[in-house]
Amino acid sequence: MSYEAGKYDCIVVGTGHAGCEAALAAARLGCKTLILTLNMDNIALMPCNPSIGGPGKGHLVREIDALGGEMGINIDATYLQIRMLNTGKGPAVYALRAQIDKKAYQQRMTLVLQNQKNLHLHQAMVEKILVDEHKNVRGIETETGAIYYAPTVILCTGTYLKGEIIIGEISYPGGPNGQRAAEKLVDNLKELGLQLGRFKTGTPARVHKQSLDLDQFIIQEGDPDGNFFSFLTEKGRGLNEPCYLGYTNEHTHQLIRDNLHRSPLYSGKIKGAGPRYCPSIESKIVLFADKEQHQVFVEPEGLNSMEMYLQGASSSLPEEVQISFLRTIKGMENVQVLRTGYAIEYDYLVPTQLKPSLEVKSIGGLFCAGQINGTSGYEEAAAQGLMAGINAVMKLRGKEPFILKRSEAYIGVLIDDLVTKGTDEPYRIMTSRAEYRLLLRQDNADLRLTEKGWAIGLVTPERYARFKAKKEALDQALTMLKETVVTPGTEKVVRLLEAKGSAPLRQGISLYNLLKRPELCYSDLVELGLAETVAHDVGRQIDIHIKYEGYIAKQLAQVERFNKLESKLLPPDLDYSQIRNLSVEARQKLSEIRPVSVGQAGRISGVSPADLSVLLVYLEKAYRKN
Amino acid sequence: MTHASLKYDDTIAAIATAYGAAGIGIIRISGPDAALIADQVFFSKKGHKLKGQETYRVSYGLIKDEKGQAIDEALALNMWAPHSFTGEDVVELQCHGGAVVLKKVLDLVLAAGARLAEPGEFSKRAFLNGRLDLSQAEAIMDLVNAKTETALTAAANTLQGLLAREIRQCRQELLEVIAYLEADIDFPEEDFERLHQGEILTRLEKTRERIQQLLQTFSSGRIVREGLKTVLIGKPNVGKSSLLNTILKTQRAIVTDVPGTTRDTIEEYYNLGGIPLVLIDTAGIRQTEDVVEKIGVEKTKDVIKEADLLLYLLDSTTGLTGEDREYLKELPKEKTMILANKVDLLAGGENAEKYEEDLARQLRGYRLLFISATEQIGIEELEKAIKDQFFVHGWENKDQAFLTNIRHKRALDQALKALESGRQGVLEGTPSDLVSVDLQNCLEYLGEITGETLDEEIIDQIFARFCLGK
Repeated sequence: MSYEAGKYDCIVVGTGHAGCEAALAAARLGCKTLILTLNMDNIALMPCNPSIGGPGKGHLVREIDALGGEMGINIDATYLQIRMLNTGKGPAVYALRAQIDKKAYQQRMTLVLQNQKNLHLHQAMVEKILVDEHKNVRGIETETGAIYYAPTVILCTGTYLKGEIIIGEISYPGGPNGQRAAEKLVDNLKELGLQLGRFKTGTPARVHKQSLDLDQFIIQEGDPDGNFFSFLTEKGRGLNEPCYLGYTNEHTHQLIRDNLHRSPLYSGKIKGAGPRYCPSIESKIVLFADKEQHQVFVEPEGLNSMEMYLQGASSSLPEEVQISFLRTIKGMENVQVLRTGYAIEYDYLVPTQLKPSLEVKSIGGLFCAGQINGTSGYEEAAAQGLMAGINAVMKLRGKEPFILKRSEAYIGVLIDDLVTKGTDEPYRIMTSRAEYRLLLRQDNADLRLTEKGWAIGLVTPERYARFKAKKEALDQALTMLKETVVTPGTEKVVRLLEAKGSAPLRQGISLYNLLKRPELCYSDLVELGLAETVAHDVGRQIDIHIKYEGYIAKQLAQVERFNKLESKLLPPDLDYSQIRNLSVEARQKLSEIRPVSVGQAGRISGVSPADLSVLLVYLEKAYRKN
Repeated sequence: MTHASLKYDDTIAAIATAYGAAGIGIIRISGPDAALIADQVFFSKKGHKLKGQETYRVSYGLIKDEKGQAIDEALALNMWAPHSFTGEDVVELQCHGGAVVLKKVLDLVLAAGARLAEPGEFSKRAFLNGRLDLSQAEAIMDLVNAKTETALTAAANTLQGLLAREIRQCRQELLEVIAYLEADIDFPEEDFERLHQGEILTRLEKTRERIQQLLQTFSSGRIVREGLKTVLIGKPNVGKSSLLNTILKTQRAIVTDVPGTTRDTIEEYYNLGGIPLVLIDTAGIRQTEDVVEKIGVEKTKDVIKEADLLLYLLDSTTGLTGEDREYLKELPKEKTMILANKVDLLAGGENAEKYEEDLARQLRGYRLLFISATEQIGIEELEKAIKDQFFVHGWENKDQAFLTNIRHKRALDQALKALESGRQGVLEGTPSDLVSVDLQNCLEYLGEITGETLDEEIIDQIFARFCLGK
């Protein structure tokens, strides 16, 4: 019944945010790539919130963009509003967040895929991964019997693996948004010896905009145009569609409490672990019983739609309970629900089975990216997709995998956390997960990563030229600031200091050191003609560089130490049972996770500093024997 | 967070001779900054720096503290990489003082930038730098592990209760503040109560006080661990060595009738109702032309400064002499206890009583006891008096956490510094991501004491504390 349908370099299964980036990366790097989707209408679907970005997440998008990924550009072309969060808290945690026109986002991404050279799109349900006797991947087989051959396969199957939709007492198999779940593929993964876990997540109801009394809500607008996700975007859409903020109240909470026995979360129906950062409204009411109200953000799903998303009101209570509790909220008395909220349980692949390249350790050429790896979020998925796509190509070309360190990118933090520590809830990136947060800013993602993207071949000449120009402008300005010394008699400076309420100079000082004063910034110097005009982002870069130099230097010193242990590589076939003096727990964890370096080993829970000493000594011994 | 104990690009130091051994004590400093660090505490008589010296040179000079006060005289031996035990730049300071002086020198070296070596770390570095051959490797691996585990057990013992509880309390307080800052950073639009600047400051100040109080217990903690430094002083032949022998019940010091035969200080340990005493017998204080004795006399003066308790011996048969008064002038009253020895030689009866009253009057303000070292009279009273003095100061207070370990003290010093920097940041309105760097540093240093690493703690704290989920 099966037939040979084609030969490719790389096959990507799934067209969510991971799949899109993976396929684009592989195709752009010149590989003949096939991408398969369950539903051609659902490419780059955003089945949950209509926003991308925020702390950590926005950082990821900028990194994807700097490396030559598509997400940032797609956001800038389809956003409804963009806002910079955390502006009062220091540059490291500034975070860009956009509300997205969902349909427009999908349409544009679909078109990008369709127009991409080397990339074939096809609608099919994949049921089987073909593996040869050496445990190397050969291709895949679809439910219609089509066999596609390829030496690399990237699984980006999202929450579709044995997906189960749960609403109150009702449940049925399915993916998000009424789609089909992937059943047979799960059995196949198990046959291949892969370990799966089960997670739960959920989404709130969508409601009709015209059924809301929007005057009862607080309007939340974005920033005026100016900040974008892609380093290439120069001009925005000029859109600033508002969101609306409302609150639950004691009536809402009472109604939910009265119906808790019907909640699948509390009846025991849902067994998978859910994300702590995105609890259902019923969980919030149980866990934080003393809170008198909870926020509900009403967010538009698109320009050409009356559908509104209810951020903060995720629920898997029975449909009628959802309608009732929503109607207790001020301004929602007559709410008309368009789609009911639901919980979804799904299988994921325990990510400690992956290498840092996102290749499955036990099956050569099989890569996994996105929610299948136990993460949550569009941004986390896209970041992994990009990396898996790049690494599939590296594998095809017989090159070293492309790994970003924790000290280089949030992407590095994300993947290292996954493959080293695993996760016991759907994993979300947070800035507090990054040790070197001050270095991994969203404003310098291009300075950190463009060169790497260029070396890989994903960065276009246009992007590279811009990056070069920016870097040059930055270096020149910094040199000038260091070399220009002003004295207490420099008239322009006296005026500037007076105007800014800054203490007068007592001796000569370089402009560089002058800018260390918090009340002064580069643009002040430009205004006085003491420095040349530079692009806005360069000026910002200069200020950050100078003002946080002390802290940045501290982190750089930490990174240097960190890198020492990262560069002590552990052989992949190391027999930990043969190393004397390792603790039992360390031996077991190390055998299981097989860290790449001593540094990575140190991040595994249960591996102590003493164990690391033993490893270091063992390595040195082995090295000398050879 | 990365494990702090695995940096091996830094410079380490430790006392390299067995604890409590008399005679020479060696502080070993190893690492790239060994010379720079040694040059901050060791000052050669010839005025040269160790940095830039040829390898294998011995320099003679003084160890001086921050204020330029001489602590000890010492020899400095420098061995530059790779020709040293560890294969790194090494300076060894050979000191002449006892355990107390040695600790002080180590403290200075650590203050100058060295990190206290982990157990077995010199050997580990030696191995990693190729200074040990393959056959020694297995042994070293055992050593590294065994030592670490011993250290862990030891740490578990010292930390079994109060100190750990106190440090955990500090960590918990800090974690809460950090959780507030971090939750606000990662969930800026969430609806939960933010901590105001004033509240953050109040909380940090509370933690700072806790840390400072702990740091203040270090000297008390040191007494608990290292013993109460007790010095016996008195004119020659007044019976110091006899008393020492009585307490030790061994013949340790040379006892003769010739004044000045006890030439050097002798340290011994004695258990007094659970409180370890370090009894230091000294050469008699007096002006002398004898060079050997002069050194002994000068050393005595240093020892007096360092001591916790001074026992001054009088000869009951001669009473309080002018010479005694001269000596007593040199001794701080508050830590001096006067023992009138040889009471057995006094004629009994009323005269003796009157004599005792007279003496008490003459020595008003001092604690005075009548004893006989040779006949063992008044020894129990002496023990009781010493103990009483401790009870007064709360030494046996069961609820007091003591800082006893120098490594812990270093970590706590660093923690305090980081906390101060963070607090200063809050005061000046520094952005919270920077303040968080300092506070997390503080948390890490505290964790070094209890052996807890950061990892998921902050994130767990955020989710436990706040209702999140926009």
